Amino acid sequence: MIYLELFIAFLKVGCFSFGGAYGAIPLIKETVLSYHWVSEEMLSYFIAVGESTPGSIMVNLATYIGNHQGGILGAIVATFAVVLPAFLIILLVVSLLKALLDNVYIKAFIEGIKPCVIGIIIATGLCMIIENVIFEFQLDINAFIITLLLFFSIYFYKYKTKKELSPIYMIILSAILGVCIYSI
Amino acid sequence: MDKNKIFYLFSTFFKIGLFTFGGGYAMISLIEDECVERKQWLTVDELSSVVAIAESTPGPIAINCATYVGYMQKGFFGAVIATLGMVLPSFIVILTISLFFDRFLEYPIISNAFKGIKIAVGILIMQAGIKMLKKSNHKQSYIFIFFSFLTMIFINIFSLKISTIYLLLIFGCISMSIYYINNKGDKV
Repeated sequence: MIYLELFIAFLKVGCFSFGGAYGAIPLIKETVLSYHWVSEEMLSYFIAVGESTPGSIMVNLATYIGNHQGGILGAIVATFAVVLPAFLIILLVVSLLKALLDNVYIKAFIEGIKPCVIGIIIATGLCMIIENVIFEFQLDINAFIITLLLFFSIYFYKYKTKKELSPIYMIILSAILGVCIYSI
Repeated sequence: MDKNKIFYLFSTFFKIGLFTFGGGYAMISLIEDECVERKQWLTVDELSSVVAIAESTPGPIAINCATYVGYMQKGFFGAVIATLGMVLPSFIVILTISLFFDRFLEYPIISNAFKGIKIAVGILIMQAGIKMLKKSNHKQSYIFIFFSFLTMIFINIFSLKISTIYLLLIFGCISMSIYYINNKGDKV
């Protein structure tokens, strides 16, 4: 049954997503691909949509995939499942588990998870960049040019304004570059 | 008064959910503005401890914050209302987008735009990771980051079916063991 599958899959994602959506991307990818719900290509498109629309990226992904698989009820089930662990954990923490989080061993455990998530995020980003440029051992020259131009823009913007180029602007810029370079 | 407060909780988090782009971390400043400065539901210290809890527990950070503030203001019901307010805007927006997203991609201009956007997403993710790396200032953290990075690259290159869940649990246990060994005999 699709609703039960959606619920279990997104409950798992909600339970093991430390450090925000980016840390959860490998897990979401693995879960979604194992059920063959959407292709890897569509998933990466939708991460971009989640990034450029309001709200939590994880909730956005759950809503999208839930709706894709089971209509509006599927969207509700998937969103409910991804939110539920965070909701329950906070209730537990504020009502009775405050002491548990102060426990030195729990703290040490969490201190191990945090850097692990950072490593996962950097590796995920790097692998996505490389997979875009080199697809099945072939260099995609258009993607390579866009990647170079984007990196150049980031550093140029930072050099000129001393500020980071905001994600929204970067997505807009990359869309324009995509249209220009792939259409030629 | 009571009904008003429930309504305020809902409308405040609905607003936060509607106007923050780029995920949880971007929301924290808006939550500070709304809940600390304007409504004075939280103190700055309380907020930073909520963020710390949110970072050490799984799930979307924005949800953790909404649940906490809602619970503190109006108990269980408040927590439900605040969380619902936070989720609803993106739920509606995404549902609307997904109605036409697949058909939209059939236009070459749109699919070309998304080919470009896909590249930006990889860069954004790596940037977010590097930003987190710069914030860590512990020798053990660097070693952990390095090894989890290597493991993930290895998993990706050989397309291994190893879930990041195991990676998290293993690193957590290693860190706990290191703590135990370093502090053995110090305290009970």
